[in-house]
Amino acid sequence: MNVDVLNRSGIQPAAASKVGIADGDVHPRPAGAGIGGVSKSLYPYLSKRWQEHVESFGAIYRQPWEKGSAYIKGQPQASRRDAFPPGGMPGSDLAFMQKQHLDPNNVVLGILNPLTSGQGTQNPELSAALTHATNEWEVAEWTSRDSRLRASVVVPYEDAVASVKEIELRAPDANFAQVLLLSRTAEPLGQRRYWPIYEAAAAAGLPIGVHAFGYGGWPITTGGWGSFYLEEMVGHAQAQQALLISMIFEGVFERIPNLKVVLIEAGVAWGASLAWRMDRQWTKLKAETPHLKMLPSEYMRRNVWFTTQPIEEPEPREHLAEAIEWLGWDRVLFATDYPHWDFDDPAHALPIRMTEAQRRAVFLENAKSVYRLL
Amino acid sequence: MQQSGPIDCDVHPSVPSLAALMPYLDDLWRDTAVRRGMDELNTISYPSRSPLTVRADWRDDAGKAATTPQALAAQALAPFGTRLAICNCLYGAQALFSEDMGAAFARAINDWIAREWLDRDDRLRASIVVPMQNPELAVDEINRVAADRRFVQVLLLAGGDQPLGKRHWWPIYAAAERHGLPVGIHAGSTYRHPVTPVGWPSYYTEDYVNQAPSMQTQLTSMVAEGVFTRHPALTVVLMESGVTWLPAYLWRLTKFWKGLRAEIPWVSDPPISVVRERVRLTLQPFDGPPDAATVMRVMEHIGSDEVLLFSTDYPHWQFDGLDAIPAGLDPGLAQKIMAENPLRTYPRLQQTAHTETVA
Repeated sequence: MNVDVLNRSGIQPAAASKVGIADGDVHPRPAGAGIGGVSKSLYPYLSKRWQEHVESFGAIYRQPWEKGSAYIKGQPQASRRDAFPPGGMPGSDLAFMQKQHLDPNNVVLGILNPLTSGQGTQNPELSAALTHATNEWEVAEWTSRDSRLRASVVVPYEDAVASVKEIELRAPDANFAQVLLLSRTAEPLGQRRYWPIYEAAAAAGLPIGVHAFGYGGWPITTGGWGSFYLEEMVGHAQAQQALLISMIFEGVFERIPNLKVVLIEAGVAWGASLAWRMDRQWTKLKAETPHLKMLPSEYMRRNVWFTTQPIEEPEPREHLAEAIEWLGWDRVLFATDYPHWDFDDPAHALPIRMTEAQRRAVFLENAKSVYRLL
Repeated sequence: MQQSGPIDCDVHPSVPSLAALMPYLDDLWRDTAVRRGMDELNTISYPSRSPLTVRADWRDDAGKAATTPQALAAQALAPFGTRLAICNCLYGAQALFSEDMGAAFARAINDWIAREWLDRDDRLRASIVVPMQNPELAVDEINRVAADRRFVQVLLLAGGDQPLGKRHWWPIYAAAERHGLPVGIHAGSTYRHPVTPVGWPSYYTEDYVNQAPSMQTQLTSMVAEGVFTRHPALTVVLMESGVTWLPAYLWRLTKFWKGLRAEIPWVSDPPISVVRERVRLTLQPFDGPPDAATVMRVMEHIGSDEVLLFSTDYPHWQFDGLDAIPAGLDPGLAQKIMAENPLRTYPRLQQTAHTETVA
């Protein structure tokens, strides 16, 4: 037949040629149906007292619904349609996650960020019990079964005393790579009620990861609650800007110079503009915050990292490379947000020109360095 | 009218004291202010003694600035050769809880501006202060004042009771559109809600820095609710909240619009195009990088030479001396920012000033 067929004999299959990557944002969730917002698969790690509480009262948050999110998601579980394992919820099945994501994308380091862990639930003792149980579950059912995965210490962050206790308990355990907070807190994260958490994390050598979402009870806009899920999703960038502004001007990084903060799922490209704005205003207003000894941008440059997903998509694409350049190539950690709908595919998510060193930094080396896994 | 020189789209006449507004309040509200011992309505968005609120070399012996048109002319107009300047009065009438009191003080401010400022310097124009407490009363005030064509814009603060895209505000946008007035959204808040999505900050510096993200969430609301679709002739001007955040913000907004547009099907065009067409931003406080080469790159990212409008933000301290235009701007772009863009944005600036005044 007169058909030209490409000679593929010398070409490796894609998987074999792919460089190993770090994924800074992977979401596992407990399998099975939940009662009062708490999955029964957490019960082995939850005392009888709290199991009974959950069954009688559930877990309530600063939002209207007993179940689900304040803003109705764009699709079920905010997840990829193909990410539901047979009969289960996205992210609830390790074998499925390995087959769909970790293996084909050659993830050599995956940071687990559980989002339904009892963080932000109003009863502080319940929040402490659920987060503790979630940490037990992360090790028993995830990191002990796949050596590529590292867990986050989820802490009941509105209660610093309980959070410190949990961090100190996990500090010697190499299964844990960071302490995880959600971004929408009861007060801005720079305020002193949260400082013991940072001190404990820094003492343990664990970065603080701050993931989008949460239950602080404050609207995204200065004018109250928006109507749409889209506003919430776009607004995670502004929420994280606000908490970063708070952490910098309260002097968290002056007080704890070795604290590492990773801002997760809130954008990358806004970082440079915010740094310029903070520097210019602080230069005029610094008498109010004399505890700062460096420019705000210098703290940002020293103490703060950003995960890529959902990566901004300018036209032309090269504008993104410039935005990262202004922030610093060493500040950016690749993340997919698996199994959520706005997953960034490592093969396509950063279609910009990078040097080999920049590519390696973003896709692997920065994460290894931040999480001290070199 | 002078035909050349820049057009300053954001200057702030300062209400010297509540007493200055007394002649413009009717008996009920004048009596109320006196009998109840009302305080000044200076807003915490601009604490009187803060270095940012008044540039040091512009303060008078009492520590104030911009309390007379003569002072404003000498400090903000003459040094820049300014042709026209738009007065945005930031006295805190919008934050009063009483709707009627809010309306009375908005009326008083507008009449005070017309008599004490616009009548005394024909280079001055003004924005209409409206009672954000109640859109119906706000529309009444727009209709009352708009006959005076020296009022060129409707003034809102970034933070009110409800997000600025909500139907609550649409009567105001309809009135503005009908009168050919852009809606100017200025940094500041009525403080019904915290200035951040994570609660109340500790420091004034945080409040001020957060005005940029505040403006972003409000712009998201306006785009998502379909304000620009519903009001095809409406222009929105974002004032005193920076400009370099715009590209990254629009990349993110447009990406989520692609993913979630089923939720807001009335937004049929990409937000990045809608905003470049319909939204303008005043230049100061310029939040750019320190070096001129990067400033040029940021301008390229903004992606349009029509969106920026010259402003000094007088008497706020945003720059020293005469450095109102950041180094690194291409001269052609600077020229557009200084005059051409303001003239296109504010149709009333192109008309010869005339003397029709508020009844």
